[in-house]
Amino acid sequence: MDLGLSPEQREIQGLAREFAQAEIDPHAAAWDRECRFPAELFRKLGEVGLMGICVPEELGGAGAGFVAYVLALEELSRADAGVGVTVAVHTSAATLPIVAFGSAGQRERFVPPLARGETIGAFALTESDAGSDAASLRTRAARQDDGSWRIDGAKQWITNGGAAGTFILFARSDPQQPGARGISAFLLDAAHVRVDRHTEKLGLNSSSTVDVVLDGAEVPGDRLLHAEGRGFEVAMATLDGGRIGIAAQAVGIARAAYEVASAYALERRQFGQRIADFQAIQWKLADMATEIDAARLLVLRAAWRREQGLSHTVEGAQAKLFASEMARRQTAEAIQVLGGYGYTKEFPVERYYRDAKITEIYEGTSEIQRLVIARELLGLRERSPA
Amino acid sequence: MSDNRRPGVPDGLDSLIMKIAVCVKQVPEATGQRKIDPSSKRLDRSGEGALNQYDVNAVEEALRIKEANGDQGEVVLISLGPESALDAMRKGLAMGADRAVLVSDAAAAGSDLVATSYALAQALARESADLILFGQQSNDSDGALLWAAVADRLKLPVISQAAELTIAGGKARAKRQTEFGYDVVEATLPAVVAVSDAINEPRYPSLKGIMGAKKKPQDILSLADIGAETGRAGEAGSRTEVLTLNAPPSRGSSQKIEDDGSAAEQILAFLVERKLV
Ligand SMILES: Cc1cc2nc3c(=O)[nH]c(=O)nc-3n(C[C@H](O)[C@H](O)[C@H](O)COP(=O)(O)OP(=O)(O)OC[C@H]3O[C@@H](n4cnc5c(N)ncnc54)[C@H](O)[C@@H]3O)c2cc1C
Ligand SMILES: Cc1cc2nc3c(=O)[nH]c(=O)nc-3n(C[C@H](O)[C@H](O)[C@H](O)COP(=O)(O)OP(=O)(O)OC[C@H]3O[C@@H](n4cnc5c(N)ncnc54)[C@H](O)[C@@H]3O)c2cc1C
Repeated sequence: MDLGLSPEQREIQGLAREFAQAEIDPHAAAWDRECRFPAELFRKLGEVGLMGICVPEELGGAGAGFVAYVLALEELSRADAGVGVTVAVHTSAATLPIVAFGSAGQRERFVPPLARGETIGAFALTESDAGSDAASLRTRAARQDDGSWRIDGAKQWITNGGAAGTFILFARSDPQQPGARGISAFLLDAAHVRVDRHTEKLGLNSSSTVDVVLDGAEVPGDRLLHAEGRGFEVAMATLDGGRIGIAAQAVGIARAAYEVASAYALERRQFGQRIADFQAIQWKLADMATEIDAARLLVLRAAWRREQGLSHTVEGAQAKLFASEMARRQTAEAIQVLGGYGYTKEFPVERYYRDAKITEIYEGTSEIQRLVIARELLGLRERSPA
Repeated sequence: MSDNRRPGVPDGLDSLIMKIAVCVKQVPEATGQRKIDPSSKRLDRSGEGALNQYDVNAVEEALRIKEANGDQGEVVLISLGPESALDAMRKGLAMGADRAVLVSDAAAAGSDLVATSYALAQALARESADLILFGQQSNDSDGALLWAAVADRLKLPVISQAAELTIAGGKARAKRQTEFGYDVVEATLPAVVAVSDAINEPRYPSLKGIMGAKKKPQDILSLADIGAETGRAGEAGSRTEVLTLNAPPSRGSSQKIEDDGSAAEQILAFLVERKLV
């Protein structure tokens, strides 16, 4: 057994850390306050190669593997969880599915600009009445006589939607099939969708979350991703891997909170001593560090299995379930360590707390992760929800 | 420079094709706490290592010179250190350097300035580079001296504290930072130049660079390989002997002034009281 990282993995982790410290840390508080999506940052991330870490070299990526990818996501999310999710959705929800399911022509056309960060990617599954039960989606794709598609409907809370040039969009291509089997996946351009509304959120303010409308979008026949009627398969396989990235995001947020809390505890004095000298505070920090490590090990195991081509549905769901609940719990504890200062905007921990919450919801809620884990472990296979 | 002629290169460009050697050192990660190992009385270098920050500036400068010459020529990284120093050198390769030469030998451990400069000069002599770049100083031992010792051994001109460097007409011209402004200094190539961190803003190594670094030549050479006598390197070749180590004396009690608008007056009163102004 070897728990060590390869020299390349360590260097990529170091690069992401260095980049995050110099280019993200100084601005994260302002981006949060102003709800600003830092579009220029992603161009820079693309230049160093962090927008296509685990995309094969021949398609314009760095070919570095999924473990390196989650290590970098942790570092980016430590600095700004919004940046973390932008890169996560761009990479594992938009780019990798084209690598995995795209035709040769689709891969050559869509993947290299995404991998270089010249185009940002989005993944549009959720609708107002189709969240966890994604297979009930109603956006309609109607085949035209000339082989093209006409798509009508609306998608909700689409990460990167306001900045994306390539969307993977799921629509019902067979109205006779109400469930998963009537769904197909499509590759859309920004011109195919209309951004209807930017969502106001509790946190994750530097990420773009929008509702998009499809008003009879005319989509050429060669934009069908994977086979007709097999879009839900694409969605489920994508979320299987994507979850591991969200788990890494949660670890990064929790680590940020731990770093602030532990430094603060060594500085802050009450009753004539450092609060780090109180056992109550020591235990909080010890628990935080232990749970962060445990979560990271679950993330790395799932990422490693994915990189090895092994099954990772249960492992990924376990990593996301544990890491996200851990991050919500421990960012709250970090506020507690800082006391009143932690509740104010003078310190970043309140932002970490707001950002952590989302990790329990998107790419499958905690309830859905438990359901995925239990169904796999108990052999109870039913229609899979998102 | 004439010994680096390449076939097929037009005459005018030929004089620009340079081989640049950059001396780089692996130093303990800046975030870690510095500790002296009491038994060897040397800095404990067992933790994570990183490329010395000034050396990152030196690598960047070498790459810029090469890129300005139509990406022709070669940038070679040279270091003396344990085998783990290759990890730090790989960062330079990931930034774009062409190859790495690490002199690593059990008999070189414990080298002081004299012994280090000897071994590096031996390694550099084999490369006969047109330009030898150093960082101004290393952030662990902070000698800010090695480049002078190496230049002396190679009998080459040396410019230190270079904040700007131009290579033209077989000469290196540098703006040298001083306390009062800049000196402009010129030296005929081959020359040694030690760069300050004001010289450039180093690039990030790219992921492609990181992934490609392992395919670049990385040679580990022994003292014998570079024709160095073992007696002149390592502890045997060192002229420094560390007798004892003591913590710096405490500066006594200090007084902290929080500026509530009257800080200047308080400082003035303090100085006047001691008849310092
Ligand atoms: C900031 C943000 C970004 C997002 N980005 C994207 C994106 O890029 N692309 C995209 O397609 N979607 C995106 N989403 C949508 C997200 O994936 C959904 O919100 C999520 O899947 C949950 O769906 P829902 O919100 O409709 O909740 P619901 O499904 O309505 O769930 C409500 C509650 O019921 C529980 N529940 C539901 N079903 C079950 C069940 N079977 N058993 C037990 N409990 C159950 C849930 O766990 C939850 O607690 C985003 C959401 C947000 C907030
Ligand atoms: C008794 C004694 C024992 C020592 N033993 C060791 C030991 O075992 N291991 C150890 O690492 N140090 C050891 N040192 C420290 C060593 O002498 C210095 O690192 C060396 O002289 C360089 O000095 P500096 O680091 O202050 O370099 P500076 O003069 O501050 O460095 C300037 C520049 O020189 C270059 N440079 C520095 N060191 C190297 C190098 N090794 N290879 C290539 N380029 C370099 C870099 O470009 C750097 O920016 C020892 C010192 C003493 C006094």
